[in-house]
Amino acid sequence: MNVADYTRLGAAALSGKVRSGEVAPSEVVRAAFERARDIGAGPDALNIFLHADEDASVTETKEVQEHLDSAADVGILAGVPIAIKDNIASLGLPTTCASRILGGYVSPFEATVVTRLRANGAVIIAKTNMDEFAMGSSTENSAFGPTRNPHDIRCVPGGSSGGSAAAVASGITPIALGSETGGSVRQPAAFCGVVGVKPTYGRVSRYGLVAFASSLDQIGVLGRTVDDAAIALEIIAGFDKSDSTSSDADVPIYRVSALGKPAPEARQPDTEAMRIGRSPVPLPPPPGPETLKGIVIGKPKEYFPDSLDPSIKSHCERALDRFRSMGATVRDVSLPRSPLAIPVYYVLAPAEASSNLARFDGVRYGLRVDPGKGLKPMYDATRSQGFGAEVTRRILLGTYVLSAGYYDAYYKKAQAVRTLIADDFRAVFADGVHAIFTPTTPTPAFPIGAISDPYEMYLNDIFTVTANLAGVPAISVPIGRVRRLPVGGQIIAAHFDEYTMFRVAYALEAALGAEAHQ
Amino acid sequence: MAVTRDDVLHIAELARLGIDAARADALTAELSSILAHMEVLSQVDTAQVPPAAGVGAGGTPLRPDATIPPLIERALESFAPAMRDGFFIVPRLATHEDSSESGA
Repeated sequence: MNVADYTRLGAAALSGKVRSGEVAPSEVVRAAFERARDIGAGPDALNIFLHADEDASVTETKEVQEHLDSAADVGILAGVPIAIKDNIASLGLPTTCASRILGGYVSPFEATVVTRLRANGAVIIAKTNMDEFAMGSSTENSAFGPTRNPHDIRCVPGGSSGGSAAAVASGITPIALGSETGGSVRQPAAFCGVVGVKPTYGRVSRYGLVAFASSLDQIGVLGRTVDDAAIALEIIAGFDKSDSTSSDADVPIYRVSALGKPAPEARQPDTEAMRIGRSPVPLPPPPGPETLKGIVIGKPKEYFPDSLDPSIKSHCERALDRFRSMGATVRDVSLPRSPLAIPVYYVLAPAEASSNLARFDGVRYGLRVDPGKGLKPMYDATRSQGFGAEVTRRILLGTYVLSAGYYDAYYKKAQAVRTLIADDFRAVFADGVHAIFTPTTPTPAFPIGAISDPYEMYLNDIFTVTANLAGVPAISVPIGRVRRLPVGGQIIAAHFDEYTMFRVAYALEAALGAEAHQ
Repeated sequence: MAVTRDDVLHIAELARLGIDAARADALTAELSSILAHMEVLSQVDTAQVPPAAGVGAGGTPLRPDATIPPLIERALESFAPAMRDGFFIVPRLATHEDSSESGA
């Protein structure tokens, strides 16, 4: 398959060519690896992958080919190469969380999301670089070196899912999986000019996701287009008996939202045909004056401070104008407790991490460093040599805020303020707002090594972390460029209303067209 | 609330992290700086606000009360640092020297 053709096609179109027999799945996978070589995905350049095996990936396509040969339904992602963040368990390729403490570890089981993607014909070709244990906003905290932004190799790709965002942005895969705790899919999506989705807490099974902060973690999707992301999310969403936090709420047909209509109360034959596995044809979203008729978009003043980069503000205003031109009403709203989100997050997430990462102790898996002086020195040596600086810092911070004498002042207090932050969102949505629009990040991508102060780095998540604390779904969509670097706009919806989130995102993407990347 | 060097060494011991002297000094400054930004939370009136106990729009569903065997496709021995007869092998809890010092 021609690499130029490959990088131009979305997941549905690629799958369509495979299903029609025009292209063999093995050719598609070969094209993905050829693109990776062309673009310099290796450790000497972009450093996107931690583990990739071309021959094994091509071998994996045999099953897809056998289904095609026997005329069996191979699913909407037939032969589509997908990259997976290295904190999601996969059989065959290691799962290291970009940490020395899990160097070379190969999981004995597979994450539910990976199983579901494979069941729909996808081929997992690589595990992507990330901030160690997903702790970071730049992918500089990887034990295996930073990933570089495909738009400017001097800059970070964002993080912690920086490798997944770079894989999609550089045209290696149309879809990649990432994970979010405070913005780790949306922020790199914005920095790399791709689409990134954080679903509602509970929407997607976390079975097989290495835990960081369990009340916040969610697996998310990065896609070249909104349609790529919608297809992938629909496949991985839904109840999983292996994850007690997964919801049994019905999964709507997200692609139908591209038609610019409310979610059908019952599935109709014409919309059911768009369900995954039935129709591989991307829907043509025609933006018009009634595409978003009846939709109310909230513009929260706290996310448009005077200090916001004027170019980012300008791109956001252009997006808001597009919403209005498609029939939506834009309403000023307030999420007054959002400025407290970073302090709340950096109490709660490290607290949960200090507990979750206790399991990495040199006993059951991963690295063991044994000075030969007994059990406790083995723990100390394994963990101090296995964890990097940021993970160590957060474990200590989490241990501190949970320790006797400080629990009420920090942890309990942060949990109460989290309630207030979530209440702010509930109040806005209860007042008739269907979606909230904000910039995804306060700045475009910054140069590698430019931020050394930990708290300054944490502020990268200032516009994304509230959705994690409130548990609501959010998507980042490209809305333009600032100083030649991509920036994203964020659409936040109410709990389990990914349908409306996608409806607004499809419309914005179509309305901006090429402007989204200018 | 500033963190002291002793605080850092204490929580490092609780967290089973070996921290050398130079790193302890740097971490003392870093953690104090980060925690200073958390002080804003103390100014928020939360007297009548319950701590967040969940973030979803509904409860988590129950599943049948049945054992689900883990789908382990590789033997524990393939990734554990040390195993024998199906058990994880760990260093002694204390050396003979440690035991005598503690009077055990």
